[in-house]
This record gives sequence, structure tokens and C-alpha cells, in this order.
Amino acid sequence: MFATTVVGFTIVVGRVTDKVIIPGLDDPGSISGRGIWAAMAMIAVVGLIRGLSVMVRRFFNFMGAMLTQRTWRLSIVDRYLDAPLDFFRSRPAGELLAHVDADIEAASSMLMPLAFAVTVVVLIVLAMVSLLVVHPLFALIALLLFPALAVINQIYTRAVEAPAARAQAMVGEVSSVAHESLEGVLVVKTLGRESDEVERLTVASEQLRSERLKVGAIRARFEPILYSLPGLGVLVLLLIGVWLVGRNAVTVGEVVQAMTLFGILWLPVQILGFLFQEMPRSVVAMDRIDSVLRVEPERRPDPEPALVAVPDSVGVVLEGVSFAYPDGTTVLDDLSLRIEAGEVVALVGATGCGKSTIVGLMSGMMPPDRGRIVIGGADVSDLGPDGVAQLVAPVLQETFMFAGTLRANLALDAEVSEGELNRVLSLVAADRFVSELSDGPDTVMGERGVTLSGGQRQRLAIARALLRRPRLLLLDDATSAVDPVVEAAILENLQAHSGRTLMVVAHRLATIRLADRVLFMDGGRIAADGTHEELLTLPGYSALARAYEEATR
Amino acid sequence: MSSFDGHDVLGPSEEPEPRALDDIAEVGALSVLRRGLAASPELRAGLSLSALMTLSVAGSRLVVPLVIQFVLDRGFIGGTVRLGLVVAATGGALALTTVSIFVSQVVYWRLVGVAEAVLLGLRLRTFAHLHRLSLAEHISTKTGVLTARVTSDVEALAKFAQWGAISWIVNSVQILGVVAVMAIYSWQLTLVTVMVHLPLLPVLRDMQRRQLRAYDMLRTRVGETMGALAETVHGIEVVRTYGQREAVRRRLHRVVEVQYRQQMRAARYFSLVLPSTDIFGVAAVAAVIGAGVHWGSGWGVTSGELVAFVFLVNMLVTPITSLGETLDQTQTALAGWWKILDVLDTEVEVAEPSPGGTRPLPRGALAVAARGVEFSYRGSDRVLHGVDVELDAGSSVAVVGETGSGKTTFAMLLARLADPTAGQVMLGGIDLRTVSADDRRRSVRMVPQDGFLFDTTVGGNIRFGRRGSTEADVRAAVDELGLGTWVAGLPAGLDTRVGERGSALSVGERQLVALLRAQLADPGLLILDEATSAVDPDTEQTLERALEHLAEGRTTVSVAHRLSTAERSNLVLVFDRGRIVENGSHVDLVEAGGTYAALYESWLGNTRLMEP
Repeated sequence: MFATTVVGFTIVVGRVTDKVIIPGLDDPGSISGRGIWAAMAMIAVVGLIRGLSVMVRRFFNFMGAMLTQRTWRLSIVDRYLDAPLDFFRSRPAGELLAHVDADIEAASSMLMPLAFAVTVVVLIVLAMVSLLVVHPLFALIALLLFPALAVINQIYTRAVEAPAARAQAMVGEVSSVAHESLEGVLVVKTLGRESDEVERLTVASEQLRSERLKVGAIRARFEPILYSLPGLGVLVLLLIGVWLVGRNAVTVGEVVQAMTLFGILWLPVQILGFLFQEMPRSVVAMDRIDSVLRVEPERRPDPEPALVAVPDSVGVVLEGVSFAYPDGTTVLDDLSLRIEAGEVVALVGATGCGKSTIVGLMSGMMPPDRGRIVIGGADVSDLGPDGVAQLVAPVLQETFMFAGTLRANLALDAEVSEGELNRVLSLVAADRFVSELSDGPDTVMGERGVTLSGGQRQRLAIARALLRRPRLLLLDDATSAVDPVVEAAILENLQAHSGRTLMVVAHRLATIRLADRVLFMDGGRIAADGTHEELLTLPGYSALARAYEEATR
Repeated sequence: MSSFDGHDVLGPSEEPEPRALDDIAEVGALSVLRRGLAASPELRAGLSLSALMTLSVAGSRLVVPLVIQFVLDRGFIGGTVRLGLVVAATGGALALTTVSIFVSQVVYWRLVGVAEAVLLGLRLRTFAHLHRLSLAEHISTKTGVLTARVTSDVEALAKFAQWGAISWIVNSVQILGVVAVMAIYSWQLTLVTVMVHLPLLPVLRDMQRRQLRAYDMLRTRVGETMGALAETVHGIEVVRTYGQREAVRRRLHRVVEVQYRQQMRAARYFSLVLPSTDIFGVAAVAAVIGAGVHWGSGWGVTSGELVAFVFLVNMLVTPITSLGETLDQTQTALAGWWKILDVLDTEVEVAEPSPGGTRPLPRGALAVAARGVEFSYRGSDRVLHGVDVELDAGSSVAVVGETGSGKTTFAMLLARLADPTAGQVMLGGIDLRTVSADDRRRSVRMVPQDGFLFDTTVGGNIRFGRRGSTEADVRAAVDELGLGTWVAGLPAGLDTRVGERGSALSVGERQLVALLRAQLADPGLLILDEATSAVDPDTEQTLERALEHLAEGRTTVSVAHRLSTAERSNLVLVFDRGRIVENGSHVDLVEAGGTYAALYESWLGNTRLMEP
């Protein structure tokens, strides 16, 4: 449509030149007012159709590109949500953000010209046919000139490919540095590292610039050639055209039409050029996007098990569980343990003995390498991550709060009554400070809950877990930043009122003493199992207990 | 993120209002340009020469149409062709065009150089300015949004610099040149052409404004998408283990969807602008032919001239269309530029003293005095009400109190992470506001609760403690704090990578790194923010010993959660609701039987469990 109207327009103008302009002015009065109006109307109509077709094409091309962007964004976001947690440990957050922003922009930048490619082909064919009709010599010039342009373009594209790819990678690097630095702004400020941080970004940005300059140097060499060649072609055409006019082989109007057609043929070359140029950048970006989409989603049972009525608390069994880090370091070796429904168990052991790994395994954050984990009679691998999430709530030492109200942070996606919220807040000794906030539970919290202290956030994190009515509550050093006084109160409350199975990883004797049973870990296994008093007879355990008491003082 | 946790201080009940961004469309492209030029001195460097060369290049692009003109007009006389003249004219044009290729190459290269210098400067200045803003500004804005200012917004400008800027210069010169040549042929027909194009101006202007607003909105939406995603990535463990995957998925899909809708709103203008210029061009051709044929003989226009003129009108369409095309990119760039400039215009709250007005801090342990210190967090209630206290040089001071009592605010003011809203903080008898930044950083060191580490090695992170420190300095600090065993136990010693945000180390180990940083700096005043909580016992003991060494010969102010810290200190300050309610040694305060004594009692009841 567009191609037809473009070529049609040149034909109309050429015709008007020969039939209206030349007779009209060379022989005044020979052309009637009607004739002039007809000529004007013809031009206007063809032009209008051309304009409208361009509008429609552009809109739908744009829509196509944006729809593609949206689809990619959604797939990447989905993949982030479905990837195993390991995925996040191996990639900086800045890079994960760049995939959704800069990479998608780059990858889709050639979609629009690409969609235009069909039109371009039609345009070339129509223009060539018209040239051939005017005079074969004109077509011959076009046939020589435009492939030459295409070849130069090809060379250009090759040359620019590598530096363009490196520049795109540097964009990600700059983004990582900036993100990290702004994230650690407090430390940057307290260390007075502002200028060093600027220096760090300077290094990354300088590298980006040097790659961009390399791209620029190549572009500087080729762009003017690509731009000027068509002009040179038109000059040659003009020369031949004039000669042909002299031999009465063509009319002046036809020469004009041929030159206009040359102008039109230039457009596809430009678009193809742009396409070739964007291609390497897009391809690199596509690769980066692909590397995310290639990540295997976390294994989930199919279909997701429907949870039937589960009692208020469940037991948990670990049978011959082994686990090693990706680098091969063994953390747990053939470990077995059993916690009965409703029990309160303390998990105790030196740093790095695998306590947090057990919490991670029980809450389905990662699968064990060997052995099996059974919660409330069901194998964790059958339950799937979402199934486990319905039974188990882990609270980790480092809390995370979403931007939003305190209430939304606690309730998450569930409906929570005012009474229930207050009950839970008082269980974790957070009722007072929450009520003192200006909007109470509806107070908006900053990004990652920065407006509260570490101890307050830990208390809210426990409240969040309790509101989910977990059958098994795991506290992994979850009260470490809470005042000891408050900590003891919270744990007593949990023991007395929650009625859940509770496993606590703790370093304070007050906490350990509250447990029904203590599991003492050593060397990736359970070394002893009994009440606090029973275990005190073991030299290893009593030494650790003494150390804990020392540390607390 | 900011781990300045004890925001009893910064505990604002609501997020501060976002700074009202002037409606970008009201401000207009020109003032963005003016402010932008002022913010980028690199633009002026070598600008005149480049501009001159650009003009000549753009001018040379007129050669081809002019020669065509000339040939069509003069090449034929009454049906005969003047071949010699035509050959001379086209030959000359061929030569000129060839020369222009070489000039263009130089010009292009120069423009790329200037553009990259501008982008680099702008990115770095914006980033530096972000770091000058107070902690309060950072807390009130999502990190992802700030990152966008120095990444995607600058990239939008970069894209423009690579394509748009050059297109603007070349095309406007071409349009002016063509119009000038037209005027030589026939001013009447030129008038017709200009008249037909005239309505294009208000139409384009109006569309440009709407487009600008649409793009500004789009940048905001992109920022929101990134913010939501950043939050998800950081909180992924909670998202997973609390079964929030689907809720978060819905939320992320929603922001992506909203962004897409805004993109399509912008698409309306993208698809309208370019063809409308084209339609005007066509109208101009029709009008010129009509007027030319009708009145041409009266105006002394020959048929050759009219053909040439129509050709010239056609020559206008390409640059105007290109400009229209560039407009789209220009809008995106302007919207991004505007947001960047907005950051640069944000006032720095904690202003450093002018170099002439600084007073040097004495070396060694620093005495601390607070005189009538008040503080309120932007627009919120006051959190400190007239704090007066004197701390001797070399003393160890414990600050205790419940969350929200103002103890952390107090510590923050000592480190000048904010300035008191009333009263003054004196260090060694000198008002903290008159101390130079360098001096302050050397002499006052705050160790925050959660030691944020940068993604490099342990040694590299420690070295951040003092600019220019060496590997040997780091080893000395390790020895001084008695941490040799700990370092030896790390997988690769000081060369151990700490991972993103220090995730490969435990919380306690991150604090050790923070203490080593402080030791390297050798400060006269050490401010510890609950630095000893949240740690396993082994590391705890190591930390305690390291802290003891670190505190030697320094004034230390500890925001304490452990009463044991208070027990060991010379002076205890008990904060309650923004005031110091008790002030004395541990022993005296326990005897006095007040707030502190009550805290102490309950603490004892909780730890004496070994001997029931």
C-alpha cells in the first residue's frame, strides 16, 4: 500500500510535469482552470492516501514492537519468579534489572524496521519496474549503485559488531556499579567514599565511552559514504538523462521521475542499513535475554497438590539428608532428625555447622542432594515450593519488608481481621511501637522497611509468619537484633499461644532453655539430642553453652 | 540498602511527598535545553569549529539538488541540449560531493567525541550529586529509581546523541538552504510553499507537547517497573517461602502492563507526527503546481523553473520528515534529560563548609558536646527535644533507650549524616558544621549495624576505610584488632570474595570488616550503632575483643542493645522520647533505681540461666 502510493506519487508528479506544467507555462492559456484543479486534486489524493497508510503502518509496527517487549518482559519476570533461588546468588541484581530494561530495548530496536522490510521489498520492485519502463539505462545505474551500497553496508556492519557488543555489555556493568553504590549509600557516607564511588563509576563509564568511540569512529568512516553515494548516483543519472533528452529518447518529465525514484530507492537502503547496524546490538541483547530464559525453572510437582485438611501443627522428618554447596563443600552429610507435631525444638551448633541449611531445606528453598524431607507425612518434593509455603514459615535473621503499608507487609495476599492482627502483634511485642506510629498499622514503610529498626523489623517478620498460620514455624536467628528482654517475652508467647511446631536456631541461653528438646549439631550431623540440662553433661555442648553465656553478657 | 537501621530517628510515619516535578510540557523543550546546556560544559568545548564544519557539510548536501536545478533550468534551450554546460556542472558537483565525504567523516568523528564527553560528564556529575544528597533523600526514594537516573535516562540521551542530534543540525541547515534557493527562483512560489507549511508549526508544537508529556509519563512508568522488580529480586526469599509467587507475579504483570499501555499512548504521537509532515509536503507540491501554472507566466516563471521548484519542494519533504522522525527520539531524550536535571537541581541539605570557613579538628580522642540539639525528620514530629550533654575526650559512652527514644538520631547527628534542626554539635570544641568533609571523615567514624560490603574481596572492602591505604596497612589493622586467626580461616584470606552486598560473609563477619575499616581510618570519635547485636557467639567474642582494641585511645559512643556494653562504659546516657532522662555511670544509675535500673534488672533475669 505504502510502496504503491510512493511510486504512484512519482508517476503522478511526472505526468503532471509533462501534461500540465510544461504546456501550461510554455504556451499560456492552453491549460484550463479545470485541468489545473484536476492535477492538484490528483496529487493531493495520492499524497493523502500515502500519508494515511504511513500512519496506520507506523502505529501497528510500533504496537508489534511494544507487544513483543511486553511478552519478553513478562517471560523474564516469570522466569525470575520460577528460577531456583541459586540463580539469584550467582547474578548481581543490577544485571537482572538490566535484562528487563536496556536489553529488551536493544533487542526490540530492530523490530520496527524489520516489520518494514516487506514494504521495502515491494518498494524496491515497484521502483525498479518504473525505472525500467522509463529507460533501461536508468535501471542499469540503479542496479549497479544499490548493490554496491548494500555491500558497503555489510562491511560496515561487520566492523561495528564487536565494539557494539562490548559497549552493550559495558552498559550493564555501569548499571551494576551504580546500583550497588546507591544501595550501599549509608556505608558510602559513613566511610566518606563518595568520591571513590564516583571514581568507580568513572572507570566503568570511561570504558563504555571508549567502546562507544570505537563504534563512532567506524560510523564516522562509513556514514558519509553511505549518505553521499546516492547523490553521486543521481548526478550520473542526470548526465545520462540530459544526453537521452537530447536524443529525444526520454522527456524531461521522465528524467525528473527517475530522479525521484532514485530518492525513493535510497529509503530502503537506509532502512536496511539501520537494520544491519542495530542487528549486532540486538543479537547480543537477545543472547542475554535468552540466557535468562534458558534457566531451568525450579522443579514443581504437576499438578500442584491440593492441601486437604491439615492439623494445626505437623511433624517433620529428615532421612539421610546430604547437602553440598555448588562449589562442592559438604554441609550436611547423611543427617537424620525427627521433630514431632507441636514440639518446640532448639537447633544449636557452632557457626557454619549447617543450621541455616536445615532451615533452607525444611522451607523448600532448595532441594537436598540426597535423602528425603517429610513434612506432615508428605515428601517435600511432592509438595513443591508453594505446597511447602502453605505449611512452613521460615523467619530469617535478615528481614525483608516490601514498600507499602505495615499491614500489607504483614498480611501479604491474605485477608486479616483487625483482631487477628492485634493478637499477633501483641504476641511478638510489637503492639506498642506499631500503635505509636502515626498511622498505626497503616503506616507506609520505605523500601525494604528502612524506617524501622532491625529489632522492630524482626518482630514484624515473625508476626508476618504467624499470620500465615504455619503448621511449622522456623526461626533462624530471627530475634538476634531484638532486646534480650523482649526476645524472651516473644518466645514465651510463641510457646504458650501459638500451638505450632516450632524450631528455633538460637544463640541465647534464654531461648534454648525454653525448648522442649535441643538438637546439638556438629560436623554436619546431629551429635546429641535431649533437654538442655541433659546435654550440659556433654563437654562439647557445655562449652558452647558457656560461650553463649559469655557472649550475651 | 541503607542499613541505618535504628530509625527511631528517621522513623517518619509517612513517606515524604515526592518533590513536585514541574509539568515538563509546560516548561517546554527549549528550557530543558537551556538548563541542559548549562549543566554540560563539555558541549561548549570545540563547539564552534564543529558547528562550522557541520554547516559546511550540510551545505554541501545542497550541491546535488542545486545542480539538478541548474541543469533542468538552463540545460535545455528551446529543445536543444547544452551538453558542455551540463557536463561541467555535474562534474563540479561530483567533485564537491566527493570532498564533502571526507569533511563529513571528520565532522562526524568530532560530534561523536563531543557527545560521548557530554554523556560521561553528565552521568558522573549526576551520580556524584546523588551521593551528596542527604541520607533522608535516599531513604525517601527507591534505589531502583535513582539508578535509572544514571543508567536508562542517560542511555536515552546517548541514543539521541548518536542519531538525533546530528539529524537536527543537518536537516535544519538543509531546510534553510532549500528555502533560500527557492526564494531566488520565485519569491511568490516560496511564499506559497511557506504558507502551506505554516499550519504545520502549531500542529507539530501541540503534538510535540503531548508527546513530551506521554514520554515523561513513560519514563516514570519504566521507573516503577524497575522499582517493583528490584524489590522482588531483593526480597525473593520471602516471596518464595511465603507463597507470594503468584501475588508478586500479578503485581509485576500489572506494572509491565501499565508500562505497555503508556507506550501505546506514546505510539499515537509516534505514528501521527511523521505522516502529517508528509501530508503538508504533498499539499505544498499541489499548491505550487496550481499557483505556478495559473499565475506563473505573470510572475515570470518558466516551465523549467516550475519543474525545478516542484523538485525543490520535494527536497523539503525529506529533511522535514527526518526531523519529525527525530522528534520522537528527541522527546524520549528530553524527558530523560529533564529527570536528570531534576536530580542535579535537588538541593544538598547537608552542605559542606566553604574551604575558607573550615576549622581543623584536633587530632587524637575528641571531646563531644551537644548544645540544645533538636531534630525533626522532614515534616514529621520532632524526635529530639533539646539534648544537652558533654562527653570527655577518650571516654566510652553507651547510649541506651527503647526503640524510638532518639538514641540513633543522636548518633547520626554526631556523624553529620544530617544536621540538627536547632542547636549545635561540637567536636573538640568546634562546631561540626564548620569541619571540612575530609577532616570529618578522618576523625569521625560510624560503624553501622549492618555492614554493607561491596562486591569485591575482603581486603578490598577493608581498604575502603581509608583512601590510599595499602595491603600492609590492612594487615597491620588486622593484627592490631587481633583478627589474624579470623582472616586465616577465610577461604582465600583477604582475597576472599564477599559476593553481592557481602552475602558470602555472615553478619558478624561483615561487622568485623566494618571494624577493620574504622581501625584503618584511625578516628578520634567512634560511633557504633548496635554493632554487637545479631551475631553468633564465636564471632561475638572475636568482635568484642576487636572492639576493645579499636576503642583504645578514642572517644566511643555506642548505641547499645546490650547492657553489658553499658556495664563496661564510663558513662551511660539513657534516652526516652527524645530526651536524655538519666546520665551517669552504670553503677550510679543502677543504685539510683530509675529507668536504667529497671532495664538492668530484667536483663539479669534473662541471662542468668546456667545456674538456676
